[in-house]
Amino acid sequence: MDSLLVANRGEIARRVIRTANRLGIRTIAVHSDVDAGLPFVREADDAVEIGPAAPAESYRDADRVLAAARKSGARAVHPGYGFLSENAAFARRVRAAGLVWVGPDPDVIELMGNKITARNAAAAAGIPVAPGTTAPLSDVDSAVSAAARVGYPLMVKAAAGGGGMGMAVAADEAALRKQFAAVSAFAARMFGDAGILLERFYPDARHVEVQILGLAEGRVIALGERNCSVQRRNQKLVEESPSPWLDPGVRERMLAAAERLGEAVGYRNAGTVECLVHGAPGAQDFVFLEMNTRLQVEHPVTELVWGLDLVEQQLLIARHRPPSVDPAALRPRGHAIEFRVNAEDPVRFLPGPGAITQWREPAGEGIRVDAGYAAGTKVTPAYDSLMAKLVVYGENREQALSRARAALGSFTISGPKHNLPFFGELLEEPEFVAGTYTTALLTRMRAR
Amino acid sequence: MTMTQGTQQITADIAANVWQVLVTEGATVSAGDTLVILESMKMEIPVEAEEGGTVTKLAVKEGDVLDEGALIAEIG
Repeated sequence: MDSLLVANRGEIARRVIRTANRLGIRTIAVHSDVDAGLPFVREADDAVEIGPAAPAESYRDADRVLAAARKSGARAVHPGYGFLSENAAFARRVRAAGLVWVGPDPDVIELMGNKITARNAAAAAGIPVAPGTTAPLSDVDSAVSAAARVGYPLMVKAAAGGGGMGMAVAADEAALRKQFAAVSAFAARMFGDAGILLERFYPDARHVEVQILGLAEGRVIALGERNCSVQRRNQKLVEESPSPWLDPGVRERMLAAAERLGEAVGYRNAGTVECLVHGAPGAQDFVFLEMNTRLQVEHPVTELVWGLDLVEQQLLIARHRPPSVDPAALRPRGHAIEFRVNAEDPVRFLPGPGAITQWREPAGEGIRVDAGYAAGTKVTPAYDSLMAKLVVYGENREQALSRARAALGSFTISGPKHNLPFFGELLEEPEFVAGTYTTALLTRMRAR
Repeated sequence: MTMTQGTQQITADIAANVWQVLVTEGATVSAGDTLVILESMKMEIPVEAEEGGTVTKLAVKEGDVLDEGALIAEIG
């Protein structure tokens, strides 16, 4: 593999390009017209403009991305996250064009990308799942009768959904009727698939996920867990590893389950098995939630704790090579926390795009910033609100928290609205500082 | 959102694209009715009428790109 097309934008495109540059691989960026001035375009060896701002006519358009690969002579495609990363048809077309697909097998993407088939695959592999439905529901009356078996409160989820979109909680039948209509209409429009899954809802749970690496030889290894319970609108804002307040027995079973599931479906490359941990510390248990068949936004916390470049491993696995280090020698060390710096207001978390007039990143020991933007660039409404990830590392959680406070204090952004003030607030929040928080934290903070 | 002499001016709280327009000029609306749905950064943001009345002016169409503070509609 001597050249790599990065079919993404912003911070993740830049991050993939950084590793490829280090490994001496020529990089090709693709970008929409409004993104021409972003750092990832400048830092790639070559760049191809593939269309206008609308993702459907640029980053999500398989034809245009493949045409750019042909034109630039790329030998491999890294999809990043979002956009085409979990599109099995695109992965197949990349391979059919004779290119290396930096991701799992398209059949595995298809199986695990759908929340219902993924859930059934997990159950078949002996992994606990929440009470729920096993086939897509398409009419509200069958949903109401299924709900009687699942039990309220429950989650109404789009089978094809992702990224926290296409899901809603229903506490009773009236709410289920309303949410079923809303979620299935949204799913039909956004994902082209209106199929619905009902699952028991755990109101005060921890979102804990396992990073897996499916090696070329077929073995799947788990690289610890990440706690991603600080969420707004079912979307993550902060992630940390290791997870505080996780029963050691539950951690052990969850990591083993993730490896078993990966091996059961023939997983190769980097992936994430998301779980919910419910119950009070000392009496916890977990259920499988879903799988992400790609690199995750929050992968840097795992990289810092395990001392490993996950993108490098992805590129090696895609070429059927062994990882850069002996997996048996890997041990986690210290604590890492990631803060998603979004262009959104810090109180209601509503989008606030705009032109960036000032951008100063913190630097220093244990501080990593993966940014997609810089001063003089513009955050447009066309894409998600992630501008940068501030990732801090410490020998322990306490040191990571104190470095986070210092780093936040020296991060300056002017122009778009941003959520740095929220993180300042979070770092003073007793539940977060103690690490006892659950997915209900933000609702509780904003209710006060 | 501002009120001037009985006319309600509905403006965009954030920079966004107009994803759906649910009313037409001349339509009668009640307080809380959704007039348009904006889309910004992969999020849908419904814009509602604060008070009931008649849509006297509709300043946007689907696909428009709005700056923060741009006029969406007037209700009289």
